[in-house]
Amino acid sequence: MSARRRSAAVTLLSIAVVGAALAGCSKKDDAASSDAIQVNASDTACELSKTTFPSGQVKLSVHNKGSKPTEVYVYAAGDKIVTERENIGPGTHVDIAAEIKAGSYEVACKPGMTGDGIRQKITVTGDGGATAKADSRLQDAVAAYHKYAQEQADATIPVVEQFAAAINAGDIEKAKGLFAASRVGWERTEPVAESFGDVDPKTDTREDGLEPGQEWTGWHKLEKSLWADNAITDADKKLADQLVADLKDWQKKIPTAEITATSMANGAKELLDEVATGKVTGEEDRYSHTDLSDFAANVEGAKKAYDLLKPVAAEKDAELAKTLDTEFAAIQTLLAKYKQGEIYTSYDKVTEAERKTFADSVNALAEPLSKLAAAVVVS
Amino acid sequence: MNTETTGDFEPGQPTAPSGEPRGSVSRRAVIGWAGAGVALGAAAAGSVAVAAGAGGEAAPAAAPTADIPFFGEHQAGIATAVQDRLHFAAFDVVTGNRDALVKMLKEWTKAAAAMTGGREVGTGATGLAEAPPDDTGEALGLPSSRLTLTIGFGPSLFEKDGVDRFGLKARRPEALIDLPKFPHDNLDPNRSGGDICVQACADDPQVAVHAIRNLARIGMGVVNVRWSQLGFGKTSSTTPDAQTPRNLMGFKDGTHNISGTDADALGKHVWVAGGEGPEWMTGGSYLVARRIRMHIETWDRTPLKEQEDIFGRTKREGAPFGKQQERDTPDLKAMPEDSHVRLAHPDSNDGLMILRRGFSFTDGTDGLGRLEAGLFFLAYQRDTRKAFVPLQQRLAASDALNEYIQHVGSAHFACPPGIRKPGEWWGQALFG
Repeated sequence: MSARRRSAAVTLLSIAVVGAALAGCSKKDDAASSDAIQVNASDTACELSKTTFPSGQVKLSVHNKGSKPTEVYVYAAGDKIVTERENIGPGTHVDIAAEIKAGSYEVACKPGMTGDGIRQKITVTGDGGATAKADSRLQDAVAAYHKYAQEQADATIPVVEQFAAAINAGDIEKAKGLFAASRVGWERTEPVAESFGDVDPKTDTREDGLEPGQEWTGWHKLEKSLWADNAITDADKKLADQLVADLKDWQKKIPTAEITATSMANGAKELLDEVATGKVTGEEDRYSHTDLSDFAANVEGAKKAYDLLKPVAAEKDAELAKTLDTEFAAIQTLLAKYKQGEIYTSYDKVTEAERKTFADSVNALAEPLSKLAAAVVVS
Repeated sequence: MNTETTGDFEPGQPTAPSGEPRGSVSRRAVIGWAGAGVALGAAAAGSVAVAAGAGGEAAPAAAPTADIPFFGEHQAGIATAVQDRLHFAAFDVVTGNRDALVKMLKEWTKAAAAMTGGREVGTGATGLAEAPPDDTGEALGLPSSRLTLTIGFGPSLFEKDGVDRFGLKARRPEALIDLPKFPHDNLDPNRSGGDICVQACADDPQVAVHAIRNLARIGMGVVNVRWSQLGFGKTSSTTPDAQTPRNLMGFKDGTHNISGTDADALGKHVWVAGGEGPEWMTGGSYLVARRIRMHIETWDRTPLKEQEDIFGRTKREGAPFGKQQERDTPDLKAMPEDSHVRLAHPDSNDGLMILRRGFSFTDGTDGLGRLEAGLFFLAYQRDTRKAFVPLQQRLAASDALNEYIQHVGSAHFACPPGIRKPGEWWGQALFG
C-alpha cells in the first residue's frame, strides 16, 4: 500500500473517528462529551484543556481556529500513532475518539499538515474505566493475535532474504518466483505493520504514493525492475538489502505493537478494505499481477483475527458470527478457484466480470465485518 | 420514446393515494392532511396540493416541504407530483438464499420508511465509537425533500436462464414480459435489466443519492448495484397546472401527461386492477425504464423549423402546430406525419396513455468530446404489453426524432401496490 494509506491504517490502534459537525441528529451523543479534552489548534498553538486524564475511552474535541487545515495526532513513544485525524479545515470542529492505555503520549497539531507539528506531552493514568479488556477471553485473543503477528514476521524474514539473495545474484526469474511469497506474512498482518508509521512507507509504497522528495524503496520498486524493466541494477541490489533490514526492523517492533480486541476487529475489516481499494482493481501489484496472492493473505489475516474473537462474538451476536462464517467461507471458496498448487492466477488474466465478482464478495464480507468490533467490545 | 401522451419525457404530479400536498406547507399541517386524505379523496388532496404549490398563501416560501407519506394504497413515487431529482438503481440479487432476500427486503422497508420521513436509518449517523454508524450521514440536517422510494421486481427475479431462482416463477405476471427488441435499439447490457429496482425521487439530489446508497449498503451480500442513473430536470409533470418542463432538446414534451390527481385516468391507465394477473400486483403498476441518449451536438445544428417539425410543436411556446398556446388541443393533422407528438398522441394510439416520469441526464462526455446526455425515460402503466410496447413500436418505426436519439438502456419492472401500514414489507404479498 502506499504511504498515503498510513493514516487509514492507524485505526488498528484507534477506535473510531466521529465527525462532530454532524449536528442535530444524533440520538445518542456520548455522555462523554463533557469529559472531552478540548484541543484548540491554531497556526501557532496546540492547546489542551487538560494534559492528564484516565485511560480508556478518550475523546479529543478539536477546534481548528487557525487559517490553514490542520491534523492532530496522538503519538506513543517513538512516534507510534495511537490515533489521528487529517484535514481538519479552518474554523471547523471534529471529535476524535480512541481507546488509550495508561502511559506517556504526545499530542501534535500540524497546521498546514506538514512537519512534526506543535506538540504537547500528555499523561494517561491507569485508573480508566472498564474496557473491553476486562473479558479475559479477549485478553487471550489479543495475546494469541500478537503471537500470530510475530510468527508471520518471523516466517517472512527467511523468504525475503532468499528474494534479496536472488536479486543480488542477478537471477530475475528466481526473484520473480519469490516476490509474492515474500509478502504473505506482511499482507496477513498489514494493519499491525502499518501501525509502525515509518516501516510501511519504506517497504510497501507504490510509485504513485510517493511524496515529493521521498525516495522510492521497497517491494514495489523491485517489482517494477523485475517485471517492467526486466533488469536488476546495482541500486536494486542495495534496495533488496535495505528491504531485508527494514523488515527486520518491523519484526523487532512487533512486541511493542499496541493491540486491542477493538483494533484486531477493525484491523480485520481494514484488510478487506485494502483488498477493496487496491487489489480488486489490480493497482497493488500492477507489474507482477500477483494481486490474488496478497488478496488471499489479507483474507487469511482477517480470518485469523476473526477466529480468535469469534467465541466472544458468537456469544454476543450470534447472527453476525453466522454471517461472517458464511462470507469468509464464500470468499475462500472463490479464491481457491484461482489457485493451482501454491500459485494464484495472474491478475491480468482475471476478467472484468470476475473482478466484479471479487469486489462483490469483498463487500459482502467487509460490511458485516465492520460490525465486529462493536459486537465484541460492547456487552 | 415519448411524447406527450405517452412519451417519455414526463413530468410529475401529485396524487392520489394519500394526496401529498406539495409546496410550502408546514410539516404538522401536512400530517393532518395526509391523515384526512382518505376521507377527502384524491380530488380534494389534489386541490390542496395545487393551492399550496401555486399560491403559497398559507405558508412562507422557506418553510420545509411536506414529507410524502410512505404508507398508502399505492406506492409513492408514481402518481406523486414529480420531484426535481432522481437516483435510480437496478440491483442484481447475488444470493440464492430466499430467506436472506426476504430479510433484506424487510430491512429495506424499514429504512425506506425512515428516510422518506426525513429520519435516519437504524440508530442513525452516530452511535458506538467502535462501529460504523447505521446511517451514512450525508443527509443529516436536510429535510426529506419529498423523497419517495419506489420498488419494482424485474423478470429475472422470477426466472433467470431457465432457473426458478426463488420459487417465484409461478407468480410472475404475464404482463411482466421480456421487452421485445425495438428497431434502432442499441442496448448496453450493463445499463439494462436488473432483478430489483428502486426509484428514488427527491427535490434534493443529496437526499436521493443518500437513499440509494444506504439501501445498497444494507443489501451488501444479498444484492449488488447492477447499474444506476442520476437524473435532473424532470421532463414531464404529473401536475397539470405546473409549467411543463423542457427536455434537453429544449422542447416541452410532457404536456399531455396523466395527472396524478386524476383518479379516473390513473385507474384506467396506471394501476393494475383486481383480477388482472396475480393478486400481489393489484394496485401496482408496471415500470419501463429506458436510457435514451440524445445526439445533442447534431440536434443543436438543426434548423429551428426542422426541430419544430420533428416535435410538431413550437419551441418557445410549446403550442401544437396551428395553435397559439401550449395547452391548446392539438390538431394532429397539422403536424408532419412523422412528428413525435403526432405519433405519440393518444388520438393516434386508440386513446392509449402512459404515465411518464422521466428525467434528463448528463454523465460527462463520451470520450469523443460529445455530451453523454439525454433522457432517462420512466413510464408507469397498467399493462406494458398494451401501452409502452405498441407505442414504442410505432415510434421506433416512424418517429422523425429517431435521427437524434438512441435507446441505450432498457429495463422492465413490476411495482407492487403500496405498503399499507408499518410492519408490512416490500414484496410481502409476492414472497408471502
